[in-house]
Amino acid sequence: MVDNIKRSLLVALWFVFLTFPLMVVKVNTLKSIVEWRWMNMLWVAIGAFALSLVWRWAMARRQLKSKKAEQGEDESVKAGFATRLMEDPKLYKPALIVIALATIVFPLVVDIYQTNIMVLALIFVVLGLGLNVTVGLAGLLDLGYVAFFAVGAYTYGVLNSFYGLGFWTCLPIGGLMGALFGIALGFPILRLRGDYLAIVTLGFGSIAKIVIENWEEVFNGAKGIAGIPRPGFFGAEMNITSATTYTYYLMILMVVFAIFITNRLKDSRIGRAWMALREDEIACVAMGVDMAKTKLGAYAFGAFWAGLAGVIFAARNTYINPNSFTFMESALVLSIVVMGGMGSIIGVIIAALVLILMPEYLRAFSEYRMLMFGAVMVLMMIFRPEGLIANVRRKYTGRKVTTEDANA
Amino acid sequence: MPETNNTLLEVKNLTMDFGGLRAVDAVSLSVSAGEIVALIGPNGAGKTTFFNCVTGIYKPTKGDVLVHPPEKKSQKINGFKSNRVTTIGMARTFQNIRLFQNMTVLENVMIGRHCRTTTNIVGAILRGKKTKRQERETVERSYELLEKVGLVDDADEFAKNLPYGAQRRLEIARAMATDPFLLLLDEPAAGMNPQETKDLDELIVRIRDTEKIAILLIEHDMKLVMNISDRIYVMEYGKEIAQGAPMDIRNNPKVIEAYLGEETDA
Repeated sequence: MVDNIKRSLLVALWFVFLTFPLMVVKVNTLKSIVEWRWMNMLWVAIGAFALSLVWRWAMARRQLKSKKAEQGEDESVKAGFATRLMEDPKLYKPALIVIALATIVFPLVVDIYQTNIMVLALIFVVLGLGLNVTVGLAGLLDLGYVAFFAVGAYTYGVLNSFYGLGFWTCLPIGGLMGALFGIALGFPILRLRGDYLAIVTLGFGSIAKIVIENWEEVFNGAKGIAGIPRPGFFGAEMNITSATTYTYYLMILMVVFAIFITNRLKDSRIGRAWMALREDEIACVAMGVDMAKTKLGAYAFGAFWAGLAGVIFAARNTYINPNSFTFMESALVLSIVVMGGMGSIIGVIIAALVLILMPEYLRAFSEYRMLMFGAVMVLMMIFRPEGLIANVRRKYTGRKVTTEDANA
Repeated sequence: MPETNNTLLEVKNLTMDFGGLRAVDAVSLSVSAGEIVALIGPNGAGKTTFFNCVTGIYKPTKGDVLVHPPEKKSQKINGFKSNRVTTIGMARTFQNIRLFQNMTVLENVMIGRHCRTTTNIVGAILRGKKTKRQERETVERSYELLEKVGLVDDADEFAKNLPYGAQRRLEIARAMATDPFLLLLDEPAAGMNPQETKDLDELIVRIRDTEKIAILLIEHDMKLVMNISDRIYVMEYGKEIAQGAPMDIRNNPKVIEAYLGEETDA
């Protein structure tokens, strides 16, 4: 500990020295004098000292943990709070009820602005869950995921403005269009892996945006499509407040639906094949899994959710333009998946809420948003590379008891 | 074991070129039901390439691979993708273990059942009666196989956490989960200690005798090969230089020269 403080003091001194010309000395060229800002020096010293100390403490903790893991006394003995919460029904049932109540009451106690932000966050939860299948389960890195989101949104926008189709007709069409585009993208990249896959999907994302921007007749170009109706409820007239609340509940339903379905797939023949594909493609194919079918399935399924989310996004905003579908959104969704923990459903939900809500409530720091975003990502990679909540593999109960008979 | 007419795998003049390099040169080989056949040869002789051609990872340049599955009609499987080869009934293991590291031991075996089950995406979501039944059968069959290779107690462990010898056995269990009539083992004893090798020896013979699965294996461990194989094929520089019973191979001057070289004590 003393050693750590000593070293941190040295670091603080070093930073003071380094930042001295920048932070302390200020030449006022108008009055031809030099201002000495000694207070800044103090802040730099304190800041560097504290950060260094925290850093050292965290690194030491991490080392201790990996040492323990090597001795085989980690995880199972001292499972994290989150894992315990999920495994013990006595703990997770009340927690689930509290969360459910909170989500139901939420739009009634807060104002419309908050609800609207929450709807956006929930849209990203669905996007995260969808991409989680493609990237987290099947291990197919997709940097152009937002393209499918755009497909969904524009499906609704175009069908509505040209043919006057309503939200409920467009919702399934949007999802299916997303899946269709997923398969269309999937075919040419079946053989690609890793970096190459990332590059092609990145290109696909950009192409989608450029096409939308330049195809004036259909997509109305950069002007976007306005006047998209909000989700209807048996033709009832709704003011903005109730429409937003309605969209919120709709989104909650959709999230529950998405959790239910991805969860079922995860624990099925298909989900296992996806995971095997991620782990080792050659072995997976050699064990009789049809690579093309499985990969296309993963793409289509992930894209399906993006399509659905896109339709709701268009309905929520009532206006869409190509700028909502940039690479930033793809990166954001990917960060949600990585931060939440590859393949972990709860992790993805938490990460989506954090990454979308934080910037909204920290508007004061909006200039540093990207900086903080990057810092969070780097720290995550160092301290929790498996994500906020690591994917817990299901344990199957079978005929475990017969071990002794078999050995006898 | 006496030679029967019940041939399962028949490879005729298989040739594999990589650009100008002929890795496998007109090798013929056959495996009959109830046989353990070994394929040996010095490093780089083309044994694994031969395996990869047979199991569909490579497409052979020339030659035929014919399978005669029991009670089904024969097929020529050149250039079939490996998942189809496995579905027909030939499963393999890998020289450098290729398990699904971050999946549990049981799940690894369950993947082997993939080609014998039919649940699709819709079925998995609805989880109907048929899906549930298949799922239950998959779990049960997988446990059964884990029992056979002695890994039941590690069923919920991640595959990467298993000791080396156990990983090899898990690969065998995974391959057996595909209900094969022929098991192709690529150096199953590599990296094992003498005790593990002995256990493996027993395991392979047991698989042949109780599961009625024929076995074709590549192996460098001569003791194991001589112990369990009914017939041996020897390859050198892509060519087949000898075949026969273990005793004949042991005394074949060509094999001694090519394979053992100076190391007469091997």
